[in-house]
Amino acid sequence: MSSVSEPQVAAESSPAEVVPAIEVHDLTVAYWTQPVLWDVDLTLPEGKLIAIVGPNGAGKSTLLRSILGLVQPITGWVEIFGKPYEKRRSWVGYVPQRESVDWDFPTSALDVVTMGLYGSLGWLRRPGKKERATALSCLDKVGIAHLAGRQISQLSGGQQQRVFLARALAQDARLYLMDEPFAGVDATTERAILALLQELRATGRTVVAVHHDLQTVAEYFDHVVLLNMRLVADGPIATTFTDENLQRTYGGRLTVLSQAAESLLRAESGAPKLDV
Amino acid sequence: MFELSFTARTVLAGATLLGIVGGALGSFALLRRQSLLGDALAHAALPGVCLGYFLTGSKSPLPLFLGALAAGIVGSLTILAIVRYTRLKEDTAIGIVLSVFFGVGIVLLTHIQKLPSGNQSGLDKFLFGQAATLMPRDVNAMAVLGGVVLVLVLLFFKELRVLAFDPDFGASLGFPMRRLEVFLTTLLVTVVVVGLQTVGVVLIVATLITPAAAARQWTERLGVMVLLSAAIGGFSGAAGAVISAGWARLPTGPVIVLVASAILLVSLLFAPQRGLLWAWLRERAVARRIRRENLLKDLYRWGEQAGDRWQEPVSPPLVMGFRGQTRNQLAGVARRLDRQGLVHWDDAGIRLTGEGLERARSIVRKHRLWELYLTRRLDLREDHVHRDAEAMEHALSDANADRLDALLGYPEADPHGRVIPRPATTSPRVA
Repeated sequence: MSSVSEPQVAAESSPAEVVPAIEVHDLTVAYWTQPVLWDVDLTLPEGKLIAIVGPNGAGKSTLLRSILGLVQPITGWVEIFGKPYEKRRSWVGYVPQRESVDWDFPTSALDVVTMGLYGSLGWLRRPGKKERATALSCLDKVGIAHLAGRQISQLSGGQQQRVFLARALAQDARLYLMDEPFAGVDATTERAILALLQELRATGRTVVAVHHDLQTVAEYFDHVVLLNMRLVADGPIATTFTDENLQRTYGGRLTVLSQAAESLLRAESGAPKLDV
Repeated sequence: MFELSFTARTVLAGATLLGIVGGALGSFALLRRQSLLGDALAHAALPGVCLGYFLTGSKSPLPLFLGALAAGIVGSLTILAIVRYTRLKEDTAIGIVLSVFFGVGIVLLTHIQKLPSGNQSGLDKFLFGQAATLMPRDVNAMAVLGGVVLVLVLLFFKELRVLAFDPDFGASLGFPMRRLEVFLTTLLVTVVVVGLQTVGVVLIVATLITPAAAARQWTERLGVMVLLSAAIGGFSGAAGAVISAGWARLPTGPVIVLVASAILLVSLLFAPQRGLLWAWLRERAVARRIRRENLLKDLYRWGEQAGDRWQEPVSPPLVMGFRGQTRNQLAGVARRLDRQGLVHWDDAGIRLTGEGLERARSIVRKHRLWELYLTRRLDLREDHVHRDAEAMEHALSDANADRLDALLGYPEADPHGRVIPRPATTSPRVA
């Protein structure tokens, strides 16, 4: 009889009940007639450091932006912990590419980090003492609390990246989406960022980061998504980050497919009105 | 001493109000790199003024104002739609809307002025503005609308900040950034329309952009910038009104713009940090320091070649030959070093003082350490490293030089076999 109870115990923690951090279903995104993501299906587990890897123009940033609802897909949907993004906004922190903003903007590092709290403040309420204290503690976590008052153009590239990370920390999210957090930073910052990601993982957070340096993928991350317009492979580093999969991601064998996809899209929409 | 007439006081109030509101709002347009948007909105308002006149046949301000507001909003939405739904970029969209709407406006205006009643309409004042026609009720309306705009900017300051700095991040937080964009544009349209009678279609953009650009020069805080921009705008408006009241034939609008532009010019030149003058002074100071350091180094090397007789006097013509300097150039550098006590210059020639020798050693050390670093660590050839070291010797801090020294294991000689000197003040060698 004892053998009967065992499957029941197993059933309670069966995979069906584990809600993934991110589920992407049938996602197709195009900028005008140029497809960027083609029919991507993806399930990403919670509590891991996950790298999105692929050649230039593979749609890595677009995938991140689609998950955040910044890009409207042609088909498909995305769910964060089982719900659409609009319902999970407060669970998600975002670190955009550093080049995406004007660093000559008249604002201090602390002001930028405080923006991470705007979501929880909501409309009209202004950040006060409490918010500034929170923001300062986030700057401290990335090791640049002493630069809080510094105008952001006076920071080095690595320090600017830390400011963006601190802003995401201020969001106090369960899931972090980061667009090339390691791009163009010095070695010290790279180590600091890595330590931060590991700390986030240790506290049960999930981090999905677009990553460009193939040398460090296996060392820094647990899980990898190989992308080249289509999903090539995804899974744990050990089984997925293989030479063969990399060859398929970077080897240019997808040319025929991308051409086919493009002509299909052109045929479908003569005068496309895409929300991009 | 200045007795302003009733009309002049009305103009003064209107122009000051317009300057304050335009300056505050213009900061956001400037930071969003939409300086020309205000210009397009102003030009787009002209056909609205004409249509307002057509539809009501009256030249009372309200229909003209509403017409301008409606046309401005249609123009701004057209720009947003062109950017969103076509592949044209924003500058193109702004150019298209500006010219098409303004063209229509000029056609309508010409037509109205050919009508029997039309040449009395006074609509042409909207082209270049005619502040003298401002009535107290106009100023009251400006005060109410301007006040509303300022309150809205204050209330939505946080949202406007994130819109201007990082709209994608704002969207990820759940703020409807497109609606905020329309909101900001509507505020801009309102200010533009409010200012049409005073400054006119053609120049109104200056009341938005010029104070903001000037204010940006003086501060690194958004809140301060908005306040300062409003103050500069208000001052320009007031000064423009007073000046044009004092010199009867000067038009108010252009004078306001000229006052603001003068403030901008001063700000561009003299603001600390961002001003051109300070940038030039900083650059000159660096260039002078490099020339002084080069002279110390040259004297050291000359002494080194003469058998480590570093403090022997060297004749000025000889030193001039080191770098092809003229006598005046050398004199400028050497006199400054003499005053600093780093060289001594008398009839015998120029020689390093004890302190000067220390400084020279420190510079030469940096140069030779860097050469060694490049050849050892980066595998550059010995004859390829000198130019790089020429720059680094002036840039490397003492602390980093110490680190470099330690990293290389406190070497005795550079890649060319010359001794690497160490000033007595250098941190002691650690084995």
